[in-house]
Amino acid sequence: MARAAVPGRLGERLRWRVATVLERRRETAAAVSIALDVPGWPGHLAGQHVDVRLTAEDGYSTQRSYSLTSAADGSRIELTVQSVADGEVSPYLAGQVAVGDLLELRGPVGGWFVWRPEQDTPVLLVAGGSGVAPLMAMIRARRAAGGRSPFRLIYSVRTPEDRWYLGELRRGDPGLDTTFLYTRSAPDGWPRPPGRIGAADLRTWGWPPDFFPECYVCGPTGFVESVADQLVTLGHDAARIRTERFGPTGG
Amino acid sequence: MTVISPGFRGRPRTSGHRLPPGQYETRDFPVLSAGPTPRVAREDWEFTVTTETGDRYRWTWGDLLSLPAERFTVDLHCVTRWSKFGTSWEGVSLDVLLGTVQSASDYALVSAYGGYTTNLPLADLLNGQAWIAHRYEGADLPAEHGGPARLLVPHLYLWKSAKWVRGIELTARSEPGFWESVGYHDYGDPWREQRYQGD
Amino acid sequence: MTTDAGAPSYQDGNALAGPLSELFTVDLTTALTRCTGCGAAGPLAGLRVYAHAPGLVGRCPGCGQVVLRLVRGPRAAWLDLRGTVALRIPLGS
Repeated sequence: MARAAVPGRLGERLRWRVATVLERRRETAAAVSIALDVPGWPGHLAGQHVDVRLTAEDGYSTQRSYSLTSAADGSRIELTVQSVADGEVSPYLAGQVAVGDLLELRGPVGGWFVWRPEQDTPVLLVAGGSGVAPLMAMIRARRAAGGRSPFRLIYSVRTPEDRWYLGELRRGDPGLDTTFLYTRSAPDGWPRPPGRIGAADLRTWGWPPDFFPECYVCGPTGFVESVADQLVTLGHDAARIRTERFGPTGG
Repeated sequence: MTVISPGFRGRPRTSGHRLPPGQYETRDFPVLSAGPTPRVAREDWEFTVTTETGDRYRWTWGDLLSLPAERFTVDLHCVTRWSKFGTSWEGVSLDVLLGTVQSASDYALVSAYGGYTTNLPLADLLNGQAWIAHRYEGADLPAEHGGPARLLVPHLYLWKSAKWVRGIELTARSEPGFWESVGYHDYGDPWREQRYQGD
Repeated sequence: MTTDAGAPSYQDGNALAGPLSELFTVDLTTALTRCTGCGAAGPLAGLRVYAHAPGLVGRCPGCGQVVLRLVRGPRAAWLDLRGTVALRIPLGS
């Protein structure tokens, strides 16, 4: 059932909150996970995002949207930021922000592309590149809730060096199967030649349509279009496919 | 309370005399779009001017190319705050296209392939201020920048310079276009920072 | 986030969640809309949103008609919903 995700009074949801950087963790050469303490954080659902606002000393201000990557955990939240070449906000967050710094953010927002722990159907997660961020929040929320619904993650990246959350995904969770696909170069001895995700990948590593899985697809627009079309062609119900596209954001 | 991020500068903001208030300079050419990019074949392309009496003037692609073209270099100012200096174009002045049109109208509503519209005073399309441009930096105008041809009115914010231009309707009163009907300024002078209604 | 050069330059209606949360207390991205052009129904989250523009433009994924436009100025926001017959807004249970 669709419903307002985290209801709240307008004044609360509108408010820019001040967050303190607790921790930085490097995921890849270009991506950094940032843990923040946000006093008064109202909680969130896996798949929601926040707006982060930066203000320069001369008053210039700009904001960007980032997926939450952590399960709800009191006042602590996490984001992962990929530094975009020529970007304005992402190089600052990924490169310069230090533990103890303050940032402004508001949220959580978005009630459509979410997974709730009470859902008990099988789940297929399909990630293209940095599209893994909100899907990781779903994996973590399932773990935090001791969830039993079976999860499969298909994670397409350019090269092995581009994988986020590698240690955590390798440790794995009971009932979570993770498959990496590579589009440019694969590890030595990898059975599947590098290439874009195809119907065969979704059939082999996803769920059969008659299991009625909920499918969550996140990545660049072209990736999402292609995967959603292939899932429908394989017989999945379009109403069970939820997508989130990353369009051009200006970094 | 506003949190200042030490060391965060954002995009470079210069104070050069060519930069209108609130703008920053960019060297690339950002592609803005309110919808899918229309693909218009030159053999199907046409440009029409419709007057308040219903008279229609029509030009095919061949007609447009047979008219005298001008080469000009102008600065572009987008309401999303980027400005791009010294862009060079080739196109037909609207003085040439509108010169023979009989009309008592004061306003123009410009329409484009794909459904986009924008409005401005007719006077701002005349006197060497506006062109139907079909070449950019020495090459055919790419579709993402409005090809086969776009309106160019560089003294106003760039949303007035309709990409994929298809026609101009001459009207007695100002009728708001696509962005003007949701808050953007009817005139849009970047030097007076006329971004929104009331500015 | 990723830039996908050469691909269609739109995002999902999920991109409307933040801007609309400034105006409404409920999450409108889960609201059902019916396109006045082709009659197709679906959640606002399913619209194609063109955000690289002076405002946000939400188009029907079926017929491409403009369903919603949102412009945020410093002192006011403008919201145009003429492309939807109505919004069915789910209320918390």
